[in-house]
Amino acid sequence: MAEEIFNEMYDGGTVRDIYASLEDWTTAMPGDLRQMKQAEAEALFRRIGITFAVYGEGGDPDRLIPFDMFPRVFSQDEWRRLERGIKQRARALNAFLVDVYGRGEIVRAGRVPGHLVYRNEAYEKAVVGFVPPKGVFSHIVGIDIVRTGPTDFLVLEDNCRTPSGVSYMLENREIMMRMFPELFRNARIEPVDAYPTLLRRTLASVAPERCEGEPTIAILTPGHFNSAYYEHSFLADQMGVELVEGPDLFVEAGRLWMRTTEGPKRLDVLYRRIDDGFLDPLCFRPDSMLGVAGVMDVYRSGGVTIASAPGAGVADDKAVYTYVPEMIRFYLGEEPILQNVPTWQCARPDDLGYVLDNLGELVVKEVHGSGGYGMLVGPKSTAEQIASFADLLRAHPENYIAQPTLALSTCPSFVAEGVAPRHVDLRPYCLVGDKIELVPGGLTRVALREGSLVVNSSQGGGVKDTWVLAE
Amino acid sequence: MILTVAHRTTYRYDAPIRLAVQSLRLTPSVFDGQVTERWSAVVEGGERGPGYRDGAGDWVESWSLRGPADAVAVVVEGQVETRDLDGLLRGHRELVRPPVYLRDTPSTLADVMLTDFARDVAGSESEALAQAHALAAAVTDAIAYRPGTTAAHTTAAEAFAQGEGVCQDHAHALIAAARVVGLPARYVSGYLLAGEDGTAHEAAHAWAEIHVGALGWVGFDPANRCCPDARYIRLSSGFDAQDAAPIRGIAQGAGSESLEVAVAVAAAQQ
Repeated sequence: MAEEIFNEMYDGGTVRDIYASLEDWTTAMPGDLRQMKQAEAEALFRRIGITFAVYGEGGDPDRLIPFDMFPRVFSQDEWRRLERGIKQRARALNAFLVDVYGRGEIVRAGRVPGHLVYRNEAYEKAVVGFVPPKGVFSHIVGIDIVRTGPTDFLVLEDNCRTPSGVSYMLENREIMMRMFPELFRNARIEPVDAYPTLLRRTLASVAPERCEGEPTIAILTPGHFNSAYYEHSFLADQMGVELVEGPDLFVEAGRLWMRTTEGPKRLDVLYRRIDDGFLDPLCFRPDSMLGVAGVMDVYRSGGVTIASAPGAGVADDKAVYTYVPEMIRFYLGEEPILQNVPTWQCARPDDLGYVLDNLGELVVKEVHGSGGYGMLVGPKSTAEQIASFADLLRAHPENYIAQPTLALSTCPSFVAEGVAPRHVDLRPYCLVGDKIELVPGGLTRVALREGSLVVNSSQGGGVKDTWVLAE
Repeated sequence: MILTVAHRTTYRYDAPIRLAVQSLRLTPSVFDGQVTERWSAVVEGGERGPGYRDGAGDWVESWSLRGPADAVAVVVEGQVETRDLDGLLRGHRELVRPPVYLRDTPSTLADVMLTDFARDVAGSESEALAQAHALAAAVTDAIAYRPGTTAAHTTAAEAFAQGEGVCQDHAHALIAAARVVGLPARYVSGYLLAGEDGTAHEAAHAWAEIHVGALGWVGFDPANRCCPDARYIRLSSGFDAQDAAPIRGIAQGAGSESLEVAVAVAAAQQ
């Protein structure tokens, strides 16, 4: 990479203002204290049970995601701009979803190719013609953002279905406040702990038409074997709502019911953490044991709200992603505040040719992939790896997109040798109901391996507390 | 033509069930080819949830039946006035875009044989409508009507390879072939007035629709080598048989299930 890497803490040899208090904090902290604190943090994470099962890597399924105690900091100005950009994007993505399940104006206008939408696996025929309450399909939009310069923030991808990781945002803060209360006395850091309350309010605001009175909300989890189960139970607990599994629910008389010790209780809003395909064996996969038979009929007839709405995934596909700036212009009549990463669509012959010629410098991703699997990071790959990936690309170009290898910004991190810069990204969680809200913060993921650009927890990434400084 | 329908589907259980939930698409489609004069589709002893019209134009009703029960009976009774539109689905309101029906499903995925077949047959025609007709005729020739040779889960490729099957297999094979040559295609469930000479098969019937440009959706019944006419009543559509099923249900209980179907379609005396 020829481009210079932006260090978020240091401007050359000088510490940026927003990191001043942290500079004092680390220099004053002896190495043995740091190790003690690191062990304490790990024990706390173990005790609260926040672990993350890593698919396909074997080993300990209850492995902790490494927690890096060195916080990442944003100024109020930086955050305001991010916030406007994120909310803008969340509005456009929802407008797109309402449109493509309705008249499809953006396709008719030739601004998004129809085949990307209508032939997309995530496009659900079963919800065509249905507008969910308040016109919201994606109630929690997780937008992955990387930084390449002082004011250069780029959106890496959108997550419109069930973005995970918000429990880390909350627990990271909780643990930092417990271990280093003095840090929070010295700096004015915007709180993030309103998130569960805001999530609950957001979900309540999209209760279906047929709901009378205070809506009853539940979180539907696939069960304790799921890698994000901790988060499901954590959010249910924090919001004060039930955590349910498919067998706890049933459909009768056109409504959705939850079995409780006091008899059946009607459910109005279901925050589901299972994929569309498993939601309803009468509508999608008939072999699914995780969902509720008949729930799609209840949904379509206005008896329950499902969040995120079935079909929301068509907006966060990596091929559709390219068109989000177009969506912002088309639906909102605004210019995008946050830019996309330049993306080559391998389905286009010209793009494919370029990608094949420059594989060594590009990052290539599967269109439908997630979690950092099935991707090629050109500069970090051997000639053989590049050659075998080129074969995959030629066989199924439509399955891949490519992006330049970005010079991701770094943030200081605690590593074995002391403090060293490591690459980071950011996932804020935007809530969309009758209002659009964003707590000041998000999940910062950090690539703890030296030089690594892959922040996914499945690939050796860790997490950090993320601060937005108050004015 | 005025057609009357009496259709009873009974699911029996060898141990009582606690609850049955069903999603029914058993109401005649609304289009220029049919006018419903009277119609009722109910789950006997069940409770009706609110219905809705889905994006494909089908009327869907959710039913539930609280147990204990040994059987669940879905009973359809009604009368429809039909008109021959040469297979055209004129005046049908739907929102799903035709390209959506280019998507493959496991039962309609063409293998190499079916792909070559489709390209061969359609290759000699340039117009979409002519291609659709050619494919429908070729599927009729390629798959002999022989009940009992295939099962509900038989795929288009399997039926095509063995060269025999029933209306579901004909429809699946035609859908698979049409999609190979870029024509959106879908599965249709409905009823058919059987011929007195026994030529028209299966009163609870299935056929395919292919989208051909300006004409829109056109029905093809490869099992009977024709396009749907006044003898047909259209109910519902989908990517394949499973997706277009007029009855989808689930029963909570420990027992095993057996199925009994009685269908009678008759032309009313005028």
